[in-house]
Amino acid sequence: MSIGLHNSEFKNPVVRWVDQRLPVFTMMQKEYGTFPTPRNFNYFWNFGALAMVTLMIMIATGIFLSMHYAAHTGLAFDSVERIMRDVNFGWLIRYIHMNGASMFFIVVYIHIFRGMYYGSYKAPRELLWMLGVVIFLLMMATAFMGYVLPWGQMSFWGATVITNLFSAFPVVGSHIVELLWGGMSVDNPTLNRFFSLHYLLPFVIFGVVFLHVAALHITGSNNPLGIEPKGPQDTLPFHPYYTAKDSVGLVVYFIVFAVLVFFAPNYLGHPDNYIPANPLVTPPHIVPEWYFLPYYAILRAVPDKLGGVLLMFGSILIWFVLPWLDRSPVRSMRFRPLARVFFLLWTACFLVLLWVGAKPAEGTYVLIARIATAYYFAYFLVVLPLLARLERPLPLPESISRPVLGGGPLPMGAAAKPMEKA
Amino acid sequence: MADNGHAATDGAPRRDFLMLVTGAFTAVGVGAIAWPFIASLQPAKDTLALASTDVDLAPITEGQAVTVMWRGRPVFVRNRTAKEIEEARAVPTNSLPDPATDQSRVQKDQWLVLVGICTHLGCVPTGQRATDARGEYGGWFCPCHGSHYDTSGRIRKGPAPRNLDVPEYAFTSDTKIRIG
Amino acid sequence: MLRHSIKALALALGLFAAAPAHAAGGEIAIPDRKFSFDGIFGTYDRASAQRGFQVYKEVCAACHGMRLVAYRNLSELGLTQAQVEAIAAQFQITDGPNDEGQMFERPGRPSDRFRRPFPNEAAAAAANNGKAPPDLSVIAKARAGGADYLFALLTGYEDPPPGFVLADGAHYNRFYPGHAIAMGAPLNPDQVEFADGTSATVEQMAHDVSTFMQWAAEPELEQRRALGVKIIIFLTILAGLTYAVKRKVWADVKH
Repeated sequence: MSIGLHNSEFKNPVVRWVDQRLPVFTMMQKEYGTFPTPRNFNYFWNFGALAMVTLMIMIATGIFLSMHYAAHTGLAFDSVERIMRDVNFGWLIRYIHMNGASMFFIVVYIHIFRGMYYGSYKAPRELLWMLGVVIFLLMMATAFMGYVLPWGQMSFWGATVITNLFSAFPVVGSHIVELLWGGMSVDNPTLNRFFSLHYLLPFVIFGVVFLHVAALHITGSNNPLGIEPKGPQDTLPFHPYYTAKDSVGLVVYFIVFAVLVFFAPNYLGHPDNYIPANPLVTPPHIVPEWYFLPYYAILRAVPDKLGGVLLMFGSILIWFVLPWLDRSPVRSMRFRPLARVFFLLWTACFLVLLWVGAKPAEGTYVLIARIATAYYFAYFLVVLPLLARLERPLPLPESISRPVLGGGPLPMGAAAKPMEKA
Repeated sequence: MADNGHAATDGAPRRDFLMLVTGAFTAVGVGAIAWPFIASLQPAKDTLALASTDVDLAPITEGQAVTVMWRGRPVFVRNRTAKEIEEARAVPTNSLPDPATDQSRVQKDQWLVLVGICTHLGCVPTGQRATDARGEYGGWFCPCHGSHYDTSGRIRKGPAPRNLDVPEYAFTSDTKIRIG
Repeated sequence: MLRHSIKALALALGLFAAAPAHAAGGEIAIPDRKFSFDGIFGTYDRASAQRGFQVYKEVCAACHGMRLVAYRNLSELGLTQAQVEAIAAQFQITDGPNDEGQMFERPGRPSDRFRRPFPNEAAAAAANNGKAPPDLSVIAKARAGGADYLFALLTGYEDPPPGFVLADGAHYNRFYPGHAIAMGAPLNPDQVEFADGTSATVEQMAHDVSTFMQWAAEPELEQRRALGVKIIIFLTILAGLTYAVKRKVWADVKH
């Protein structure tokens, strides 16, 4: 790269002036304008963009909420209710933020599901996948600390139970817990630091999302067929094709989001969190937010304290090594008849864990949780490694454009046409 | 994210009615979403409701002044002496930077009620206690940039552009006022 | 394509369906009571909520505070400014400290929050057999079943079934989790006299006070739903437009 003004292709003098000195417009044009994108995405490929938009919604609403929120045990609950009652449109901003957390997890779960189904984690996209897992872990930490902030009963006891997980570790456990609390119990110092970190982490997430997208733009996107584009006939410029397609998904997503915010804002929440925190009384039936229920179910499925904690953390950490557990060269499960069945079973297990996590830990529920937990791990540790050797995948198509064009001989002119507009 | 309005710039044939309508809808939507956020920064309903403060005048002797809080700001209440009233009324109003008669600034001659915020840049002038500097006109003196107010709270000298504001208040009885 | 989006939707719905399972908790079925604010277009019955406030003021307020609700909020129930001022002035509010450093009592103003029956939690507990009566500001949001539950609870007092051992000072209630509730039946027929001539049966008072509690917990409900309808209509049109644009953009791509 030579030193000097960037050779800008933009005609608008102001844009050109900036672009010559800092080629952000050229970069945007390259990464979001002409960026060659496989032409066969289905609507599952909307969810990355939806997650990005949700992150921005969460940051925007969060910043405005923080202007009215008081991070003090004596004031937090009332300050949140003051937002709901007295701040202009405070109820709207708070309900968007509160339900936005749920929407964020729904979107990201579907995004992860898509990545697993279509083998998006496989070479050369391993690091892209791992960055995604990092984002998910950061999201979980952020969501957990955010749920503590209203300082209701579930906030308080959720914080107590989750931080106590760390006490399971021998020797250092109790010290870690004390360090997290900043005291002898979950109290004002805990609330203060959780608020600080809850404000900080979304920006860390934003940074990792940037890396996630940067890595994506090196390897290019995976697609439903799981085969790499072989040339321009297999791709479309990102804009306008996928900006248009993402917009459709985005507006539909907003409708679902709006139904939740305006007509069932507390549907996914727990009524006990409208009772101010009381360190003397534990609610009879405490549960985490719905998006943590699968891991909570795994935790409770194990009769040993440390074992449960390790398995719970392991259930997500195992995603980091997924690219090396699944050595099958075929990415998309469309062409893996056996893996597809086992994966859908795994998805079912995940949903079963989500369901059983909300049930009392007794009787059949424990048995169900144990079976589901066992399969959850078996899928990664046994099924996938074995299938890589035993499964006979279906024949892969020659290229993306061939099945898209109905399998006939490739009319070059028709396929190349969209590129002229790029 | 994906802004349909931009699609219109992609090529002349696409710049059609559908794109325009969609772009306009998107613009309206984005504009509408900005409104609640801006509105949330305006004073909240409970803040607006904290409007009035009651002051009991009975313990304030002649020549004495008290400062009360009203909407987070100091309000000066001074029981003026006959001399102070006379001084305030002797000045020809057309010689003042912000002309106003003393009569127009009080409801009862002896009681002067003012928002204790200098109209220059918002400092609190001195002059409430007998030992305070009261400036060249015996009223209040703002130490920040040297504005002098007279015994009617009118600006006489210095950078302040206006007289001290008189808040809305009413006598609820002979010896009680409600500010706001 | 559509097939996949339906799948995605089904997955999302699966998550939704699984979520409220934890709301069940107590295992006591709460009968559905018909309220004016039920459904998407429901609004608060102002007359009922006003009567509910009267029930709260004359019955519940002896033990239960509503510290998040201010007298000024009552104007949202259709009371005039003068009525709100008159109601507020009925209560002595602790204010201060004054110039002598003493707390003092003064008549309430519209900006004051509802007067609390006890100065603090410990005093409330001490006066009520060791258990402080809960604040009712957001009680309709803080109980599974909301207003339905409140109505059921207030009308659910009855004699314990044979064999049910009731601790000293406890009362049997069909709908209270565990059935043994510290609060005695609070409502008795004709306990209050409604200005509009409505007969003050227990059921009527329970219905009215439940309406009032729902309003106190969700004063934004009407505005929220009205705005929601507009926004969803807007987004539906926008969805149609974006889909049309997408179709147009993709028209020259064979697939």
